[in-house]
Amino acid sequence: MRRMLGAVIAGLGLVLAACGGGSAGSDAAEGSGASDQTLTVFAAASLTETFTELGKRFETDHPGVTVRFNFAGSSNLAQQIVSGAPADVFASANTKQMGVVADKAMIVGEPQVFVTNRLQIAVAPGNPKGVASFADLAEPETTLVVCAPQVPCGSATQKVEQATGVDLKPVSEEPDVRSVLGKVISGNADAGLVYVTDVAAEKGKVDGVNFPEAEKAINDYPIGVVTSSKNQELATQFVELVRGEVGAKVLETAGFGTPAGS
Amino acid sequence: MTGFELAVKLHRPEFTLDVAIAAEPGEVLAVLGPNGAGKSTLLGVLAGLLRPDSGYVRLGERPVTDTTSGLLVPPHRRGVGLLAQQGLLFPHLTALANVAFGPRAQGMRKAAAEERARRLLAEVDAAEFAGRKPAKLSGGQQQRVALARALAPEPGVMLLDEPLAALDVDATPAMRALLRRMIRDAKQTTVLVTHSALDALVLADRVVVLTAGRVVEQGPTRDVLARPRSPFAARIAGLNLVSGRACEGGLRTDDGPMVFGRGDADVVAGDRAVAVFPPSSVAVHIERPDGSPRNVVPVVLAAIEPRADVVRLRASASAEGPEWVDGLAADVTPAAVAELNVEPGAGLWFAVKATEVAIHAAGG
Amino acid sequence: MTATLPAQADAERKAHDRHDIGIGLPRWLWLPAVAAFTLVALPVVGLALEADWARMPELLLSESALTALRLSLETAGISTLLCVLFGGPLAAILARSRLPGLRVLRSLVLLPLVLPPVVGGLALLFTVGRTGLIGQALHLWFGITIPFTTAAVILAQTFVAMPFLVVSLEGALRTAGQRYEAVAATLGASAGLVFRRVTVPLVLPGLVSGAVLAFARAMGEFGATIAFAGSLEGTTRTLPLLVYLEREVDIDSAIALSLMIVVVSLLVIVVLRPRGAEGLR
Repeated sequence: MRRMLGAVIAGLGLVLAACGGGSAGSDAAEGSGASDQTLTVFAAASLTETFTELGKRFETDHPGVTVRFNFAGSSNLAQQIVSGAPADVFASANTKQMGVVADKAMIVGEPQVFVTNRLQIAVAPGNPKGVASFADLAEPETTLVVCAPQVPCGSATQKVEQATGVDLKPVSEEPDVRSVLGKVISGNADAGLVYVTDVAAEKGKVDGVNFPEAEKAINDYPIGVVTSSKNQELATQFVELVRGEVGAKVLETAGFGTPAGS
Repeated sequence: MTGFELAVKLHRPEFTLDVAIAAEPGEVLAVLGPNGAGKSTLLGVLAGLLRPDSGYVRLGERPVTDTTSGLLVPPHRRGVGLLAQQGLLFPHLTALANVAFGPRAQGMRKAAAEERARRLLAEVDAAEFAGRKPAKLSGGQQQRVALARALAPEPGVMLLDEPLAALDVDATPAMRALLRRMIRDAKQTTVLVTHSALDALVLADRVVVLTAGRVVEQGPTRDVLARPRSPFAARIAGLNLVSGRACEGGLRTDDGPMVFGRGDADVVAGDRAVAVFPPSSVAVHIERPDGSPRNVVPVVLAAIEPRADVVRLRASASAEGPEWVDGLAADVTPAAVAELNVEPGAGLWFAVKATEVAIHAAGG
Repeated sequence: MTATLPAQADAERKAHDRHDIGIGLPRWLWLPAVAAFTLVALPVVGLALEADWARMPELLLSESALTALRLSLETAGISTLLCVLFGGPLAAILARSRLPGLRVLRSLVLLPLVLPPVVGGLALLFTVGRTGLIGQALHLWFGITIPFTTAAVILAQTFVAMPFLVVSLEGALRTAGQRYEAVAATLGASAGLVFRRVTVPLVLPGLVSGAVLAFARAMGEFGATIAFAGSLEGTTRTLPLLVYLEREVDIDSAIALSLMIVVVSLLVIVVLRPRGAEGLR
């Protein structure tokens, strides 16, 4: 169902690009005086709050520029871009989906990892079940919800399971992090495995429990400029903002980690 | 056999049904009346499908509706059969199963019920349709099967709601004859709602005329149709009817002019009365005729209606003539119409001999 | 003269042969009609073209696919049965009863039609879920938890499929009218017998097509299931949920499973529909 919605959005996006893209191109030809330009950023759903904030900063720094976002699951976004959706920047929640786009030579240069994310245990506020470790999740009386192995948070969960030898028995393997979080917030699950940033975004509704084994499955977030972009200069400036000091501060506040290489 | 007796009131937005009617065991009662007179409502009350606002219904000695005690025996425990305009055969059942439905519902064994159904199908000349579904039967065949079905539970009282109205012209006479055999000759107590004088004459012992929810006329079929006292009965009997008050030598209409005719023995001068004469007794002239006819009136030709072998000329009132001629009918031969050579709107003279005009007391 | 009309109309309806020139359909109607058909049919063709037919047997016969198919058929079957058992009487009451406030009741029954299924799933979660109004009582008194069980899938499917059955059955009941029932009553049949022997057979085509629609809707249910029942292989992961997941890792597998849903749905509609419509004639 969401696939359909995505397709319609992508379709509408194509139409919009056909109208708006032309004028943006002619503006660019006039020089860097750049008025009324639109930058389209496709970003993973977990970046919704942080990127929205960064987008506003960017608009303030670049008068006349409007930043439009398409937040969705990384695989959705990757498929949309490959199918020709008009994106200027792509920020993925994992390297695999960035690879889908980069393999088609649709990313300018090498995609850069700008943040990392790691798993955390989400529990009801106050941690009534007293979950303290990853092994506690295997307790039979703890109703556990995780991501399905097919999606990034699920494959991270699987990696931790393999590394620790703990055999989890979840009651459900959800297709995305939000679904896991929803089951914990609604009180139907005692614990859920999600990302640190997801817990931070739902502060007050869930508590986070850290566990050292999370280091075994660090998730990298790569970002890159899409080759078909008509605003490569502006797109590059946005990527620089995200990777720069301002971006780092906003992202860190939200709970993201700094990539090991930088 | 059971008779019935009812006295009920039932308010509808369009009219109030307020009637007291009874029938002897084995009697066939025809209910005539214009649309919206309350005929179907009356049948609904008898069948137990409608609850009257006040009154009672008795089938034989058995009370089935009584508003004072709150009694309302449901339709399936009344022993009242219903045959409507459309046969309403159950489309998913064969003719045989349709006819056997009633006996089966009463608890009869399947074999016995089918045995009775076969016998009844044979009686209505539909034995060969036993295995067919209704969709494979013509309208007339369906109605015959429906009659057999309605008779199968051996109802105390049968309700026929315009049973011939939806049939092909070709199928009507056979069905009418069948009804005569199965209903009247079999002494089946029946209420027959109809628009047709012929149906009433062939099938009914007695006629009740309903208008706006009330009985305006009743009596033996022949008497009512030969001497109608209500405009509706006159119209379906094909007669001209003028109402007013009886006077010496005829009848005076309410706006003054006189109609000459022969009074019945029970006609009292000054009482309400009606003058009745058949359209065939009306002579039509272009110029005012001389001589014997006592009733000679100017009219305006309103319509020319071809009938089977005559042409009916319908009159409306002219400026100089009396009001009562409005709606009068005169039957003339096609040759005569050709000779007159007139169009609607033309002025004509209608003449009726006083000996052709019957004056009846109109009651109320 | 008017007396012959119904019989004539009957005959005319039957004489729908090749001589019939079909008056009354303006030609421009074809344009939007073809567009509508294309919109419905073309994406399925696109799906079929995109499929990796060589891998099809392997993809469809995988254990997870077969498990999901079996679960989908079972849950949709049970949901349809529940719709018939409970929605059937509801439709009868909506069509026949003269209770005041029935109009409001009918609008409420239609709610799942207009609600996004996810909203329906959330509503179920907060009612029958562990902390919900009914769920809490069930959990405390009987130790029963509905979410994350196959029962939750059935509940979610029944929720979204119910209006399809109720609406088409109520329509059939209204079209059939009460004249046949009145006749059956005068023949001596009690209310129960009339319902069994007359009402139900008369509306059987409507009931069948309503059940087919309900089954198809239940088979395709996604939003309410994911929100309320979760997703676990063999327990709650129906075909649509598996398609959604597979799409993340193996688009070919997702396409193959989608085509499987198309085929199963078409089978249900094609096999049962004509029989349903037949009784109307």
